[in-house]
Amino acid sequence: MKLANKLAIGVAIAFAAMTTAASAADMKIALVVKSLGNGFFEAANKGAQEAAKELGGVQVIYTGPTSTTAEGQIEVINSLIAQGVDAIAISANDPDAVIPALKKAAQRGIKVISWDSAVAKEGRIMHLNPSSNELIGKMCLTLAKNHLEGGKGDFAILSATTTSTNQNTWIAEMKKQIKDFPGLNLATTVYGDDLADKSYREAQGLLKSQPNVKVIVAPTTVGVLAASQAVKDAGMIGKVYVTGLGLPSEMAGAIKSGATKEFAIWNPIDLGYSATQIAYHIVKGDTDAKPGSAIKAGRMGSIKIGDNGEAAMADPFVYNAKNIDEFSKIF
Amino acid sequence: MNRLLKNREILLVAIIVVMIAGFATRAEGFASPANLANIFNDTSILIILALGQMAVILTKSIDLSVAANLAFTGMAVAMTNAAYPDLPLALLIVLAIGIGAFLGAINGYLVWALQIPPIVVTLGTLTIYRGMAFVLSGGGWVNAHQMTPSFLNVPRLPVLGLPVLSWIAIFIVIGAWFVLTRLPFGRAAYASGGNPTAAVYAGIDIGWTKFLAFVLSGALAGLSGYLWVSRYAVAYVDIAAGFELDTVAACVIGGISIAGGIGSVAGAVLGALFLGVIKNALPVIGISPFAQMAISGIVIVLAVVFNARAEKKAGRIILRDRAVPEGSA
Repeated sequence: MKLANKLAIGVAIAFAAMTTAASAADMKIALVVKSLGNGFFEAANKGAQEAAKELGGVQVIYTGPTSTTAEGQIEVINSLIAQGVDAIAISANDPDAVIPALKKAAQRGIKVISWDSAVAKEGRIMHLNPSSNELIGKMCLTLAKNHLEGGKGDFAILSATTTSTNQNTWIAEMKKQIKDFPGLNLATTVYGDDLADKSYREAQGLLKSQPNVKVIVAPTTVGVLAASQAVKDAGMIGKVYVTGLGLPSEMAGAIKSGATKEFAIWNPIDLGYSATQIAYHIVKGDTDAKPGSAIKAGRMGSIKIGDNGEAAMADPFVYNAKNIDEFSKIF
Repeated sequence: MNRLLKNREILLVAIIVVMIAGFATRAEGFASPANLANIFNDTSILIILALGQMAVILTKSIDLSVAANLAFTGMAVAMTNAAYPDLPLALLIVLAIGIGAFLGAINGYLVWALQIPPIVVTLGTLTIYRGMAFVLSGGGWVNAHQMTPSFLNVPRLPVLGLPVLSWIAIFIVIGAWFVLTRLPFGRAAYASGGNPTAAVYAGIDIGWTKFLAFVLSGALAGLSGYLWVSRYAVAYVDIAAGFELDTVAACVIGGISIAGGIGSVAGAVLGALFLGVIKNALPVIGISPFAQMAISGIVIVLAVVFNARAEKKAGRIILRDRAVPEGSA
């Protein structure tokens, strides 16, 4: 009873607000994040605001709990329902726990999508992944190619453990797509177990035993950092390059030393931007976001919805000496 | 010749030389002086930690918290360096040794005053210290660009052909040799591990000796914390995860008896170098990464077996029981 009352009042207030406000047509999109005060999500908000400005008539409500709990997000969702938002785009702390609250929102006509961290299928219309295994594999190969003169030559992979699922998936993708990169040759794959000292030693070993290898690709942060340090210590900067996936704050030193020219990771700004774009188009009714459809997302191009209503945004974003300072402050 | 073979250290040197020669046939330049210096430099931190571990093991104890101590201290000095880049490096090193010694003293106190078995104490403090590193950093990383250049570069500076890191290890080896063989503490450590009852009769305070051994091990772990962070140019909670087992393995390979009282500084250093050679060889000799762990394990077990056989001593009967003639019982 109490909750119903609260909701009724909330809806009434929201209704009043909607009718009285001058820009009554403003679409309200709520960007619900795992927790406030996290640089990654602040950056996503930046992208969302950019999308809102571009689209016009859109108000982005950036909100989330103060700690990464599902309970906190449920409270936030309930208050958003009360505010009568048009869409909720959520990065969930728990794929299942938030579903009842999101279902309640959907019953009231609020369009729910998830991004970054998924909500289980029944709780959302679609989910936006920052990237896909295919795209990550392709990006790693592109990075290797960009570091090689003429895009031809040998490279080696420095992975984490031999049993790491995501690493092995990405390596398999790279092996599958390498035929699209003529001249690129995978010399060997070594495993640093995500330990700084073992990765360092493996990188050193590569420098010694594989003199043809001009690029080391490490799709793991510890690996890419340790390999950069090993290349630097061996005095091979400019002869052997290191690239892969890492966070800008962790990689800034390697970029500065010149051991790495560029590396990649998903861009939170683009992610917030795309999530807002998608939410906007779903609310507008431009698309039903069913598997197989495609949604236009402004400067990010068209995003295809795949199986399970999941979509992959784009290639991981490339960071280099030009933008590292800006992003290393963010995440 | 036979006597030479029975000397554990010489045997270990021979094994290492044979190993290096063997690896050199598979990887060109493995036995070159530059590469050997590289291996020594890479093993320096393990040598330092193994010497601390050795002092503890001599007293019939074990310190499983060294790697966690290293991680906490490394994180603490890295964060201090990032927050106050103007602090001189010498102060940071003193800070690292101090924090490490304090954490070691906690272990030592629990073993000494509360008489808790060392393996239980250090197994507990292992998780506590790593947990504290997490609390201290909030799970965050300290990255290369946040540390000052001198913080990162001093251990790499070449002096007389070797980096400072190697020289630190050499000085600590000499220091450990001096402390363990020429100072009362060293003799007390051997005595209290070798024969605790006799040590008490000889007027040695076993608890105090153990406490000092833990402080020494902690201080060396603290110093290694700084060296580790500067070597790999990053500090995070999981650095050196599992490294405590490497230090124990180095001691065991080097012939330091886990039951206490037996062992030499040369043995610990050679044990660490043995591991260092294997670790550096595996990536270059082209063995499948899937087989590497198993191979290094087998080699370690073989070395210990070899070593144990060489060291086997016949029991010595000091007092013969005259009532029972020999062979008639």
